Amino acid sequence: MSTFRAIVFSSVVAGFIVGLVVTAAQQFGTVPLILKAEVYEKAAEHRHDAAAAPQIILVHDHAEQAPGAQAWEPRDGLERNLYTAGANILTAIGFALLLGGFLSLRSGATGVRPSWHEGLMWGLAGFAVFTIAPALGLPPELPGVPVAPLLSRQIWWVIAVAATAAGLGLIVFRRSIPAAIAGVVLIMLPHLIGAPELEHIETNVPSSLSHQFVVAVTVTSLIFWSLLGSLTSAAFAWFDRPASTIRA
Amino acid sequence: MSQAQITESQVTHLPVAGQVGRLAQSLMAMALGLLIVGVVGFSHIDVIHNAAHDVRHSNAFPCH
Repeated sequence: MSTFRAIVFSSVVAGFIVGLVVTAAQQFGTVPLILKAEVYEKAAEHRHDAAAAPQIILVHDHAEQAPGAQAWEPRDGLERNLYTAGANILTAIGFALLLGGFLSLRSGATGVRPSWHEGLMWGLAGFAVFTIAPALGLPPELPGVPVAPLLSRQIWWVIAVAATAAGLGLIVFRRSIPAAIAGVVLIMLPHLIGAPELEHIETNVPSSLSHQFVVAVTVTSLIFWSLLGSLTSAAFAWFDRPASTIRA
Repeated sequence: MSQAQITESQVTHLPVAGQVGRLAQSLMAMALGLLIVGVVGFSHIDVIHNAAHDVRHSNAFPCH
C-alpha cells in the first residue's frame, strides 16, 4: 500500500496548503460578492413572503420547508469562514487525491517520477475540466439568482466534466487523428445538448455583480488548480521516492 | 555482500508485482478523492450544504 500512502500523504499536505491559500484568495475575490448578493437575496425573500409565491425556484429558497424547520447554518463572520476554510481544504484534498492517482499511474507507466512542472500541467487540465468546461453551460451563480432545478444541473455538470476529461485524454494520450476528432466531439457534446436553464430569469442581483463573480471564480480557481497540481506532484515525488534513497 | 547490494537485488524484483498494485492503489485514491469532493460539493443534506455554501458558489458547483 506504499503508493496509496504516498498519494494520501501528498494530497493531505498539498490540500492543506492550497485550501488555506484559496480561502484567503476567496476573502478578496468571491466571498465579498456572495455577501453582497445575499443582501438582494434576503430582500427578495421578504417580498416573496409578503406576496403570493411565484413559480420560480430562487437560489436558497427555503419556502418549501415548514416554518421553524430551518437547518443549521454557520453564523456569519468567523464561524462561517472557518467552515469555508474546512470545506476548501477537504475539496483540495479530494481533487489532490484525483491528481495524485493520475500522477502515480503516469510515473508507473513512464518510470519517471513526476516534477512540479508536470503536476502544473495536470493542474491546468483540472482547471479546464472542472472549472472552464462546466462553467460554459452553467456560469458561476451568485445567491439570489433563479436557477434550474439542482439535480438536473448537477447531472449536466458531471456529464460535462466526464466528457471533457475523456476528450482531453483521447487527444493527449492517443496521438491519432481519429482519436483527436473523437476527443473534440466529446468535449463539444454536452454543450450541444445544452445545460438546463430557466426560460424566464428575473433577479435584483445586478448583472455587473454576476459578471465580477464569474471573473473572481475563474481567477481563484486558476490559483487553486495551478498550485494544487504543482504541490501535489512535488509532494508525491517526495513521498513516493525509492526505498533505497530513504536514510534509516 | 554489502547491505546496499542486497537492497538493490530486492528492488529489481519489485516492479512486476508493484505495477498491478500501483494501478489498484491509484484507482482507490482517485475514488476516495471523488467521494470527498462529491460529499463536500454535491450532497443534498442541508447541513453539509450550509457549511460548504461559500465554497460551492466559489467553485461554481451547482448550488440551490
